[in-house]
Amino acid sequence: MATQPIITVKNLVKQYAGFTAVQGISFDVYEGEIFGLLGPNGAGKTTTLEIIETLRTKTSGEVMVDGFSVDQQADEIKQRIGVQLQAAGYYPGLNLIELLNLFAGLYGVRINPMEVLQKVALTDKAKTQYKNLSGGQKQRFSIATTLINNPRIIFLDEPTTGLDPQARRNLWQLIRDIRNAGTTVMLTTHYMDEAEELCDRVAFVDGGRVIGINTPDNFIDELVARGFERPKQVKQANLEDVFINLTKAPQPPKGGATTQDAH
Amino acid sequence: MKPYNNLRATLAITKASLRSIFRSPSAVVFSLLFPLIFIVIFANIGGGAVSIDAGLAKNADTLNPIYQVLKNYNVINLRKDLPASDMQKNLNKGSLDAIINIRRNNGLPAYTLDVTFTAASQEKGNMLRSMLKSLLYQFNTQADPNAQPKVAELKETTVKGRESKYIDFILPGQLGFSLLNIGVFGTAFVFLSLRQTLVIKRFFATPVKKYSIILGEMLARVAFALLGAIIIINIGHYAFGFTLVNGMATVLNMLLLAFIGLVVFMGFGFIISGLARNETSVPPLSNIITLPQFLLSGTFFSTAAFPKWLQPVSNILPLTHLNNAMRKIAFEGAGLADVTHQLLILLLWGIIVYAIAIKTFKWE
Repeated sequence: MATQPIITVKNLVKQYAGFTAVQGISFDVYEGEIFGLLGPNGAGKTTTLEIIETLRTKTSGEVMVDGFSVDQQADEIKQRIGVQLQAAGYYPGLNLIELLNLFAGLYGVRINPMEVLQKVALTDKAKTQYKNLSGGQKQRFSIATTLINNPRIIFLDEPTTGLDPQARRNLWQLIRDIRNAGTTVMLTTHYMDEAEELCDRVAFVDGGRVIGINTPDNFIDELVARGFERPKQVKQANLEDVFINLTKAPQPPKGGATTQDAH
Repeated sequence: MKPYNNLRATLAITKASLRSIFRSPSAVVFSLLFPLIFIVIFANIGGGAVSIDAGLAKNADTLNPIYQVLKNYNVINLRKDLPASDMQKNLNKGSLDAIINIRRNNGLPAYTLDVTFTAASQEKGNMLRSMLKSLLYQFNTQADPNAQPKVAELKETTVKGRESKYIDFILPGQLGFSLLNIGVFGTAFVFLSLRQTLVIKRFFATPVKKYSIILGEMLARVAFALLGAIIIINIGHYAFGFTLVNGMATVLNMLLLAFIGLVVFMGFGFIISGLARNETSVPPLSNIITLPQFLLSGTFFSTAAFPKWLQPVSNILPLTHLNNAMRKIAFEGAGLADVTHQLLILLLWGIIVYAIAIKTFKWE
């Protein structure tokens, strides 16, 4: 894995009227990795993410994305990143192909919408409106819109919140595929199994500060080395394994299988 | 990397917005179907409740019983204030339906009513003619049922004028109504809903400029409204005989005026999109803007039929001036240069409305 930083955040501070959401956060994201921002609600994850995405202004600190500063070169950054927002909607009344064409116009690129849909296994939903998709399909489509401009980095804000276990695994595979194709991924999540499964490195954020950055493995090893033990030994499997095992095994989303996450 | 193309981004939004408009039933119903339904209904009813404007000649005798009765007819609006030359001009245009002169004779019959009708207002002229005939009949038969008219006789002439049908009045009004709806409701809804569903936020994560979003949405509404106007004018012209004095040139002038009016009305929409807290507060806020204009701007009835105290109110409203200008262009064959008075008032409204819109508009 390359260790060239593609995002550098130094002493980032964001103050709103009355309170400080981000209090001096610093971290690097390396090119080609999946980087997770973890922490409780209100910790400042989304604010940090949106400052890096140039959607919010910062109070102080320095943020560089792919060599560009968020202060003076927001347009250059926007052309090089793909953004999936928490709970963002899409233009009403349009089907998926029309939405992708709209985004192509907004990014100023030429695309073949069907090829983009192919990447997220939604070709059979090409003429469907966004509002009629299932939760998993909506998230996959959101990710498709981040890929339109062939970005260097994509940002995913809680991409699997509200999805069933099958749809989550489906999405994980999609995210891995995107990273394997050379795109750096930065995401936030509340699911630790997801972070452990997906992320190369994670940063824990609490109260607007970074309280630790490491690989998931190292974090776990450190905790165990400090003498941590789970109060009760877990069984060889858990209920989620039962769910996956009883419902059909997830297929990788490549190639068009879409039926198993229809809910 | 190719340089970023703002025009392409703008047009992408226009295209998306147009698709969305055509798929939204309320947009099509309010801006196209309703005006057409009103046109069909009113074109067939004719000018039922409209008053008849008759000029009374300067030297007319007013010390006779016929005048006293005529004066008290509610439907007949006797106008004595106009100079003779204006009277003749208005008669030719059809904004006066007739000129009445009452002469006192030395012999019998005692009075002669000289009535000049106009081909420009045949329907109302016919109504007035039958009213006068029955009135004189009553006077004459009271005097002597069998003899020649003793009290008064009717002498009529008709000036040539371009025939004015009620469709010529109702269509420009409905066109203005359609523009008002598209401008106010459409604009208010789209920016509020794009803001609330975070569609705009997602747009901001792309290199698109803010002005592209505004311009793209405005262009879509302009395209939709002008297409609607063309449909309304065509149906009006071919199905109901709507008068287009200079043909194609008149249509182009009407479309240009429609564009100007729509831009002003969209300003109201921008204001409302900023003030409204959620989608349910858009209709009441929009109705505050549209309803008074719908009723008071001469959409259905001439503002001249309103009571005196209401006239200043209706003379302030932008739709009144759009309607007046539209009627001048359509029926009198005026060009935009001939309606500068109305255009100036619309411009003034535009300046006020956009000054407020800049203060109230919200992106998130």
